[in-house]
Amino acid sequence: MATLKEALTSPVFKNNPIALQILGICSALAVTSSLKVTLVMCISVILVTGFSNLAVSAIRNHIPSSIRIIVQMVIIASLVIVVDQLLKAYAFAISKQLSVFVGLIITNCIVMGRAEGFAMKNPPLASFIDGIGNGLGYSVVLFSVGFVRELLGSGSLFGIDVLPTINDGGWYVPNGLLLLPPSAFFLIGIFIWILRAVQKDQVEKEEFKITKNTRSVKEAF
Amino acid sequence: MANNDSIQKTLLVAVTLCIVCALFVSTAAVVLKPVQVANKALDRKANILAAAGLLDPEVSVEEQFKKVRTRIVDLETGKFTDQFNVETFEQSKIAKDPATSVDLNEADIAKIKRRENFATVYLVEKDGELDKIILPVRGAGLWSTLYGFLALENDLNTVAGLGFYEHGETPGLGGEVDNPGWKAQWPGKEVYDDGEVEIQLIKGSVDANTPEAEHKIDGLSGATLTSRGVTNLLQFWMGENGYKPFLKNLQSGEA
Repeated sequence: MATLKEALTSPVFKNNPIALQILGICSALAVTSSLKVTLVMCISVILVTGFSNLAVSAIRNHIPSSIRIIVQMVIIASLVIVVDQLLKAYAFAISKQLSVFVGLIITNCIVMGRAEGFAMKNPPLASFIDGIGNGLGYSVVLFSVGFVRELLGSGSLFGIDVLPTINDGGWYVPNGLLLLPPSAFFLIGIFIWILRAVQKDQVEKEEFKITKNTRSVKEAF
Repeated sequence: MANNDSIQKTLLVAVTLCIVCALFVSTAAVVLKPVQVANKALDRKANILAAAGLLDPEVSVEEQFKKVRTRIVDLETGKFTDQFNVETFEQSKIAKDPATSVDLNEADIAKIKRRENFATVYLVEKDGELDKIILPVRGAGLWSTLYGFLALENDLNTVAGLGFYEHGETPGLGGEVDNPGWKAQWPGKEVYDDGEVEIQLIKGSVDANTPEAEHKIDGLSGATLTSRGVTNLLQFWMGENGYKPFLKNLQSGEA
């Protein structure tokens, strides 16, 4: 069993849920066009993964295996609804922007994946830390994507103007593509590329190896 | 461990879990309700101000709302009425009560089924004279009812702004009714031509060559039904069954 510190830190870079496990991409595309919204989304996901792992782990010895996925779903869904209610009460403007994406945390594969993959087999404290760690791993990717998208897409960070845009009489022409969800694909791709260039063990084995030409080029033509 | 999979245990776990989660969720919902309601009310006020183009993000909404006078209008007679307390008046309740609303039948172009006989209007005054008037409007789009405000200048014909504060239209298509770029077209458009409601959304975009451009607004691309819904709700609320009698009275000083 992993130590608590490892459980917290390894999902951030070594075993990042988005970059290595390629889970939870959909919300990473949807909520990263401004950092303020990204921040709230990240906090929500960290809380939900942490507490759902804790709850699932606490009752793991009583969950009948035939209904275990539904049991996990019910716990996750309840937590997500509570988070949504809290946002509506204390961060109304942001909850309006996040709209359906808070509800969609339920379907975020990271939450479900950690509940099934880790919390079902480990004690509550370790599971809780693992949940927080995976939430942080998710947040690191979302933040780097959100940083680039907001900076180059609207010339600001956390809503504060950094690059004065042409529309406001500045010099920066905002890149509209970065405000659209597909741009996050490119950024996540680049993030994974950089990560795997540094940590070479994350590079997957090629599934097919193209065999070398057996004939010389001259013969082939 | 093995008996975890017995039918009794499975049912027990399922039922217990459901009860615990239901309690947890409903407690949160009930406890947080008052704060959420307050937020919604504040958001509504902000929307009223935003529709009239008066919203200043620097000043608190409550403070800014002080210059807005809320009055209740009897839509049957088209005159102001004082039979309700403005503070406790709930238009949505009035709209559901058969005693205080009418069944629209064929006249129901906005697809709202019943129209209340009393509506709240918001008057913005400047130096004791009417500057802008803000009217609540609603009507069916594609998936949902759009709730919003239409603000008119003091000639009661020129649009000062339009904004929706609640709807469930497709994000990116019909949801573009919230797009500031689209909303910016509204100020300056004219509702009536010779007493008839002429304002409408058209397919494609409006330019200076479009005949009667002052009554026309760009349709939302990819959202024909939402665009039609917006046209219909304006046709309804600005028409005979909506605010037209009231606006006429207000114009002639008989409201």
